Amino acid sequence: MGIIHTSRIKSPWIMHFDNSSCNGCDIEVLACLTPLYDIERFGIVNMGNPKHADVLVVTGAVNRRTARVLKNLYDQIPDPKMVVAVGTCACSGGVFHNCYNILGGVDKVIPVDVYVPGCAARPEAIIDGVVLALQKLAKLQGVAI
Amino acid sequence: MSKVVRTVAPFGPQHPVLPEPIQLKITCEDEKVVDVVPAIGYCHRGIEKACELNDFPKNIYICERICGICSCIHGCSYCEVIERLFGVEIPPRAKYLRVIWSEMSRIHSHLLWLGLLADAFGLESMFMQFWRIREKILDAMELTTGQRVTQSVSIIGGVRRDIDSEQQKKCIDIVREVKKETEELGKVLMNDYTVKARTVGKGILTREQAITLGCAGPTLRGSDVAEDCRMQGYQAYGELGFEPIVEKDGDSYARAVVRLRETLQSCDLILEAFSKIPEGEISIKVKGNPPANEAVFRAEQPRGEVFYYAKGNGTRNLERLKVRTPTFANIPALLVMLPGCELADVPVIVLSIDPCISCTER
Repeated sequence: MGIIHTSRIKSPWIMHFDNSSCNGCDIEVLACLTPLYDIERFGIVNMGNPKHADVLVVTGAVNRRTARVLKNLYDQIPDPKMVVAVGTCACSGGVFHNCYNILGGVDKVIPVDVYVPGCAARPEAIIDGVVLALQKLAKLQGVAI
Repeated sequence: MSKVVRTVAPFGPQHPVLPEPIQLKITCEDEKVVDVVPAIGYCHRGIEKACELNDFPKNIYICERICGICSCIHGCSYCEVIERLFGVEIPPRAKYLRVIWSEMSRIHSHLLWLGLLADAFGLESMFMQFWRIREKILDAMELTTGQRVTQSVSIIGGVRRDIDSEQQKKCIDIVREVKKETEELGKVLMNDYTVKARTVGKGILTREQAITLGCAGPTLRGSDVAEDCRMQGYQAYGELGFEPIVEKDGDSYARAVVRLRETLQSCDLILEAFSKIPEGEISIKVKGNPPANEAVFRAEQPRGEVFYYAKGNGTRNLERLKVRTPTFANIPALLVMLPGCELADVPVIVLSIDPCISCTER
């Protein structure tokens, strides 16, 4: 298992899910992939399929309709998995915390490993968040990063 | 003869092409799409209600977060509708500054969309190139407003910050550079064989259909209807010699060309606004609570017309705020475009209306 554990840390694939965010954080997540920030240098690739993903990046506050979808996606990602909540809304509900259709932050539905605050979270902060998640994963598996 | 089997393919709510959650239930016969049913509501937060619960100056920040891509224009429109409720006129310099920031956000939105379109074809390097250009506009936004995405630059009675001469010079350089690079890259995208093969004649919306279904924005202008809210001359558009951009064909290709040309036009509008911008105050003080009255405002967003309605009741809170956004008007058009196409063309046609779900559902 040594090589699988090591390679997972070196090439995590992320899957992005938008709960009910305003798009601000989503376009910053996408901006991370583009030449200026280029998270591929950490071996990170954006995936559309939960079964291929290691890290779930969630933006936006959870509303009554997406809660089920989010739980579904989380369950489909194989273990070990990490969840990064990007943006103030995903952390706590943000400006929408008192809206009638909002349940709150992502941690109301699934366990969250790393919180990245900001409205919208800057790409630097998002990259930092994903790298933090990897460090946590490495520690759990007893692998040097 | 064997019976044709119908299958239902769910498109979304989580799909690589769409960063946002919407579901289309697509019924297919073999590879042909015969019926499409949209299921919306994944992004509904209840913003209109939240705007009634909060003080009217705080609503600027909530309205900006209706959509993060066109947030600048949402903020401007909210401020504008409240100013109309009060019956105040903002200083001319503030009007020009609002136009400049609105056009910058239009450029960023269109470049983002062109990148996503290229990505939908699998032209990944083209996606990267468009987003590389877009970062320059975001730099200009950050330089002048302090934020990359949600600028929060409008306040009731004007704008929060001024653009000084040094920043102006830098912005002009950035906009010229963006225009030059977009022109070059646009030629490559629009003359590409595979792009033409997948967009020309795909997702056709005729002029009559576009008018009947009440489409808005580039979706409407791609179907040969010269309709653009900026023609009203709100803010400073009346002094800038604005002409709407129209394409005749009504297919996905025409809509892409409209957006590409609008990007270049927005660059020109910013340069023109910088050359004409008057000196003076950037905001006026607006005192008191919104009077018991009604006001409406229509503005042109990157995706089309946005409509703001506000009703005051003499207190700090609004009686009602209603926002009608362009994608809501364009989803019926999508349901006309999709039947008859191949399943593989669905992502490109869906993208061609530039759907913004967080706007639609608020």
